Amino acid sequence: MATVRHRPEALELLEAQSKFTKKELQILYRGFKNECPSGVVNEETFKEIYSQFFPQGDSTTYAHFLFNAFDTDHNGAVSFEDFIKGLSILLRGTVQEKLNWAFNLYDINKDGFITKEEMLDIMKAIYDMMGKCTYPVLKEDAPRQHVETFFQKMDKNKDGVVTIDEFIESCQKDENIMRSMQLFENVI
Amino acid sequence: MAAGVATWLPFARAAAVGWLPLAQQPLPPAPGVKASRGDEVLVVNVSGRRFETWKNTLDRYPDTLLGSSEKEFFYDADSGEYFFDRDPDMFRHVLNFYRTGRLHCPRQECIQAFDEELAFYGLVPELVGDCCLEEYRDRKKENAERLAEDEEAEQAGDGPALPAGSSLRQRLWRAFENPHTSTAALVFYYVTGFFIAVSVIANVVETIPCRSTARRPPREQPCGDRFPLAFFCMDTACVLIFTGEYLLRLFAAPSRCRFLRSVMSLIDVVAILPYYIGLFMPKNEDVSGAFVTLRVFRVFRIFKFSRHSQGLRILGYTLKSCASELGFLLFSLTMAIIIFATVMFYAEKGTSKTNFTSIPAAFWYTIVTMTTLGYGDMVPSTIAGKIFGSICSLSGVLVIALPVPVIVSNFSRIYHQNQRADKRRAQQKVRLARIRLAKSGTTNAFLQYKQNGGLEDSGSGEEQALCVRNRSAFEQQHHHLLHCLEKTTCHEFTDELTFSETLGAVSLGGHTSRSTSMSSQPVGTSSLLSSCCPRRAKRRAIRLANSTASVSRGSMQELDTLAGLQRSPAPQSRSSLNAKPHDSLDLKCDSQDFVAAIISIPTPPANTPDESQLSSPDGSSGRDSSTLRNSSLATPCFLPETVKISSL
Repeated sequence: MATVRHRPEALELLEAQSKFTKKELQILYRGFKNECPSGVVNEETFKEIYSQFFPQGDSTTYAHFLFNAFDTDHNGAVSFEDFIKGLSILLRGTVQEKLNWAFNLYDINKDGFITKEEMLDIMKAIYDMMGKCTYPVLKEDAPRQHVETFFQKMDKNKDGVVTIDEFIESCQKDENIMRSMQLFENVI
Repeated sequence: MAAGVATWLPFARAAAVGWLPLAQQPLPPAPGVKASRGDEVLVVNVSGRRFETWKNTLDRYPDTLLGSSEKEFFYDADSGEYFFDRDPDMFRHVLNFYRTGRLHCPRQECIQAFDEELAFYGLVPELVGDCCLEEYRDRKKENAERLAEDEEAEQAGDGPALPAGSSLRQRLWRAFENPHTSTAALVFYYVTGFFIAVSVIANVVETIPCRSTARRPPREQPCGDRFPLAFFCMDTACVLIFTGEYLLRLFAAPSRCRFLRSVMSLIDVVAILPYYIGLFMPKNEDVSGAFVTLRVFRVFRIFKFSRHSQGLRILGYTLKSCASELGFLLFSLTMAIIIFATVMFYAEKGTSKTNFTSIPAAFWYTIVTMTTLGYGDMVPSTIAGKIFGSICSLSGVLVIALPVPVIVSNFSRIYHQNQRADKRRAQQKVRLARIRLAKSGTTNAFLQYKQNGGLEDSGSGEEQALCVRNRSAFEQQHHHLLHCLEKTTCHEFTDELTFSETLGAVSLGGHTSRSTSMSSQPVGTSSLLSSCCPRRAKRRAIRLANSTASVSRGSMQELDTLAGLQRSPAPQSRSSLNAKPHDSLDLKCDSQDFVAAIISIPTPPANTPDESQLSSPDGSSGRDSSTLRNSSLATPCFLPETVKISSL
């Protein structure tokens, strides 16, 4: 069994590229290396890890999309650099960068447009994570309705797709979203 | 939670940024974790041996001694280390668990000592990794068996308790299967055993020659002919008992067809049939010969003992399971017999006055020789015959000796295989239960947290329950994550119980989800749930309401009068509502899950709420419309104190 061994960039380089301090990078890497001695996370492991946080539902689909969002060079594995790059944007990035990242997550085929089908896939994946035992009971078309709401809000020119500009513009107008962007900053 | 999950929590929380643009409700604020995010090296001194590790490593498992604040009790401020007066060799394994996530079982230590160390450090034995799990369990089981032998034997004697009110049939069957359950069954068991023995002995004795002194010269006569009446009476008595027993078993058997086909019942039938056939057979010469052979079958009564003897049953099972090996033995013997018989026949053919008259006649010689019996009634006289005869006897030893160890080893293999299969099945069940428990543990923690008002906006910290405040940082953040997901999807996590309760209100639930997703709904349609997150109190009330038995007529009737409807009494309790029945009407707009609960109990599928709302009360949809209308009443605040939250 060939084990892929991956050594990350030097600490100074990573520090320069990301917005984390050296100490934070050290802590992050120690945890990462302990979990993945080979230095990379493949999709299966990724899904397993993510599913431990959502025991009630099925988070494999959403984990798949997340994986693709983190795996920026699309080589099928998330290395420590990818990990840090993603985390840096999500935790320390500007609102613009975060919205960019979210858009990238939703845009499954990375063509610059979010179609209703893509959004529906994402939405279904999120609702899957809730599992079966929800209150109120999850209806079949709940994701679809959610997508409709989303598109009503975001799709300004009603052309059935959401572009990055429409997305950022609509999000910046929404107070709730703007306020909640600060939510996860103290994660590290 | 499982290994190393704490490491990934920051990542999972960061990834929740992806939900932010989709959330239809404001997400809850993050828990204020006073995080000293720096990492430091802790020194743990176990009986003089110093172990050093990162603090984060220990924090991975916050529900253990070392991972929680419990270790502060062992902190020695003078030396700046944590001192434990325990076995340092065992501690190595405990610490490695934190480091690698897998708990290994030391081979050379006593399993009891290991267990005690685990208990001290707050690790459950289920955490033992899969590599060591089987051995750990084996050793534990061995220990337990050695220590509790008597108790096990005693417990094994009692059968499972019968449910009260079981029918006569069931009790009878149970008495037959487990004679130790009642004295009557035991008596019956021994009586039948006695009669089987009597019957078999009678069969044997009636063939012994009795010297009949009645006439001269004294004539040898089998006892059966000398005392025909006595033996006949004894036989009749035995058969009557056996017939009675058979009929009783047939009556009591839960599945008569299966009983009829079972081996024991066949033996029973074979044991008693000859007698009846003999009764009804005319006493003429032709058939009495056949009749005599039938009496042979009476000896099969001895097999009835197998109900009384475990050993016989095991032997029978062994033979059955080694059937293929026995078949092979038989086949190879047959081959050898035929070969040698043919050879001997042709070798002895020339001799005059030879016993080897035909090949089948030579079979007898071959068998007797191969099994080294050597009766000597048939002996070869030619030299060739003698040579082949000796070859036959030598090979006989080999041919017979060979399959026997195969059979023995097969038996041993099958026996151990069965044992291992059972063991593996049990372990698999335990493993699945462990996984399920871990999952449900996490969920339950979150639900418990919600119930205890953790989600309330805590103006002042004292209002929160102590258990809410005392969660570890990890738990806080994890619950915050789950809460964000709830807000994003406008649905909440519940447990199985509540879910199945609200399943009755599925169509209404669907309506609610629609209504909640659009905040600008008129009050009427948003009657059921105007907010996604009704107070925890009502969730518990629903559970209480649905789990206890008696109906609160008062509150129901009040609702009824309001709706002007007849409602079939739902067998659920509103005991908590009983306290202040009028308060149950004072429902806040966002407390309609009460109503949902009321709807869910008698559960005919409701019409779509829109129709039911518009229609005037009538039979089928009336119930729902009434409750909908109830809930749309403008009401004062519902007092949470009227619902007693008893912690389960």
